Amino acid sequence: MSYRHVVGPRTFVFSDLAELMAKATPPRSGDRLAGLAAESAEECVAARWCLAEVPLAEILARPLIPYEADDVTRLILDTHDAAAFARIGHLTVGDFREFLLTAPSETLAAIAPGVTPEIAAAVSKIMRNQDLILVARKARVVTRLRNTIGLPGTMAVRLQPNHPSDDPAGIAAAILDGLAYGCGDACIGINPVSDSVQGLAGLLHLLSETIERFDIPTQGCVLTHVTTTLEAMNRGVPVDLVFQSIAGTQAANASFGVTLPLLREAHEAALGQRRGTLGDNVMYFETGQGSALSANAHHGIDQQTLEARAYAVARAFRPLLVNTVVGFIGPEYLYDGKEIIRAGLEDHFCGKLMGVPLGVDVCYTNHAEADQDDMDTLLTLLGTAGVTYVMGIPGADDVMLNYQSTSFHDQLYLREVTGLKRAPEFAAWLARMGLTDADGALRPGGGAPLLSGIAA
Amino acid sequence: MSRDDEAARAWRRLAALTPARIALGRAGSGLPTREVLRFSLAHAQARDAVHAPLDVEAVRGAIAALGFETLVAASAAPDRATYLRRPDLGRRLDEASAAALAAAASDPVDLALVVADGLSARAVHEGAVPLLAALQPALAGAGLRLAPVVVATQSRVALGDAVGALLKARAVAVLIGERPGLSSPDSLGVYLTFGPRPGRTDAERNCLSNVRAAGLAPDLAAFKLSWLIDQALTRELTGVALKDESDRLIEGPAERQSLGR
Repeated sequence: MSYRHVVGPRTFVFSDLAELMAKATPPRSGDRLAGLAAESAEECVAARWCLAEVPLAEILARPLIPYEADDVTRLILDTHDAAAFARIGHLTVGDFREFLLTAPSETLAAIAPGVTPEIAAAVSKIMRNQDLILVARKARVVTRLRNTIGLPGTMAVRLQPNHPSDDPAGIAAAILDGLAYGCGDACIGINPVSDSVQGLAGLLHLLSETIERFDIPTQGCVLTHVTTTLEAMNRGVPVDLVFQSIAGTQAANASFGVTLPLLREAHEAALGQRRGTLGDNVMYFETGQGSALSANAHHGIDQQTLEARAYAVARAFRPLLVNTVVGFIGPEYLYDGKEIIRAGLEDHFCGKLMGVPLGVDVCYTNHAEADQDDMDTLLTLLGTAGVTYVMGIPGADDVMLNYQSTSFHDQLYLREVTGLKRAPEFAAWLARMGLTDADGALRPGGGAPLLSGIAA
Repeated sequence: MSRDDEAARAWRRLAALTPARIALGRAGSGLPTREVLRFSLAHAQARDAVHAPLDVEAVRGAIAALGFETLVAASAAPDRATYLRRPDLGRRLDEASAAALAAAASDPVDLALVVADGLSARAVHEGAVPLLAALQPALAGAGLRLAPVVVATQSRVALGDAVGALLKARAVAVLIGERPGLSSPDSLGVYLTFGPRPGRTDAERNCLSNVRAAGLAPDLAAFKLSWLIDQALTRELTGVALKDESDRLIEGPAERQSLGR
């Protein structure tokens, strides 16, 4: 079915919902690369006018990728909560935007299982940045393994202590530095260079020994392929969190070497570890706009809608953590600071609206038109939007993955200007260790209590 | 010694364990001024590496001085801004270059070498000639038939597939500036592809990464590359089925004789 919108003397025609959504998307290089972007600024806004008039029920009824052709579509439709959808099923996309702006947190939580990724993406396309911030701030998603992540007024940090050769001493040094800055409540998560099970086992033991030595209420993770983590679990290596990169189409997931049944198997195995103390959210997923296109698996769908579909995959496994790695993939997908900032806010909004605990790796590569000032801007906006967690990387410089993200200092800055606290159990641990005062502010002394901890 | 001094010493020891930016100190919630500036400088160097144009004539001259024949080629991306947005154009030759390479091709050869700007012209300026110089004796020793070295601009790795096919090469090695890291603006990557033709995927290539003075040194990189070239031409494949086991040669001096066969 085609869509039409008349602007003065011109009639804009969009051949189907996929084209309409793609052309309504705020400009970004990835959609241009795919040949899906609007051809003029006017066409983009005409598409938004048109999209605003589309009923949510119609979006639900017209899958962008056929049910028979894609298991992510099947997952979305088979697990759709019709009762939750009933509260919004009479609305158009434009009405839905206004509904969201006025809805209280409880209503957002109640409708989340009825919000499909296509619905979340559609409404995000007609929202300004301030709308994305305001609604996301009200949509709270709380998860637990050894602490409580996502409570109102809190923001967690993943401590990312990567090393270019997985050197255990170098990684341990970066972990101590991050803990001294009060980072690590989301998790202590290492991106390894090696993908061997043996290398993974060594790093997992390092993490579990560090967490046990200091009795830290957090979880460790080594971000390697799910099959490698499964093998580690089979060998009895301690695994708190199972990590996997995921995308919004079956074919893109296949390019990552994952299937939904494989993720189910890993989820079951992780639950069987019983390493949680407060809850059983045991999965950690990363996503990012452009991954499906880069795998030539985008089905002519715009990259932001496909990103939201990845959250539907995540949602099925009740994850502890999900983050978009928003500027990592490069300028051919998100060209500059403006596009990265917009995408970060969209991803966070769509995830939260769907009930997914979304964090953001606020980041960029050196060939993108972006710098640390852009990261400051996005970080500040996301703090305002109630982001679940961000990254803590020494000096914002990841010496293994060769990109820039947010630093231990950046989260201190954000806490100071927004008043955001850490996960409560982790905050209590920092105070008990003498690293922070009663208000959660770092005490002077450069993390000395941790240093005596390693000497002992 | 005060407790603070002790802590500072301990952090200095820890900082020596990793190239990561740890133990930076702080000014309130922010970085000390020297660290803000140190980071800015590193980012500026990386940005300059991305945007600096390749000095084609200088690179070509230095390669010719080693005794290689040379040619030049340009991708279908007309400028840097387009190159960054359109990786597909960086993988294709522009029409004039394709015609020139086709005209320059003679009999089939074993290996084509492409020196490409990629995302860091600086990496090429500093690293390509030392690597070729180190590689040259092994290539000569093996008696390989070589195509002229092609110096390519606005180029992605896959441009080598088109170059290799036009020059009738059994394999192509692309020496290309890698995406600059904050602490490595000068990193060269090398991609070896057997049976080059447009449409090859990255899974069909072997890669040596981080070739630079402070990383994988040119001599060792040349050793590994010549091993890979030998294997690729003998086994007639590259990619996931060919693992870099050149380390075994380094460990076993007797076997090292086989290099350059």
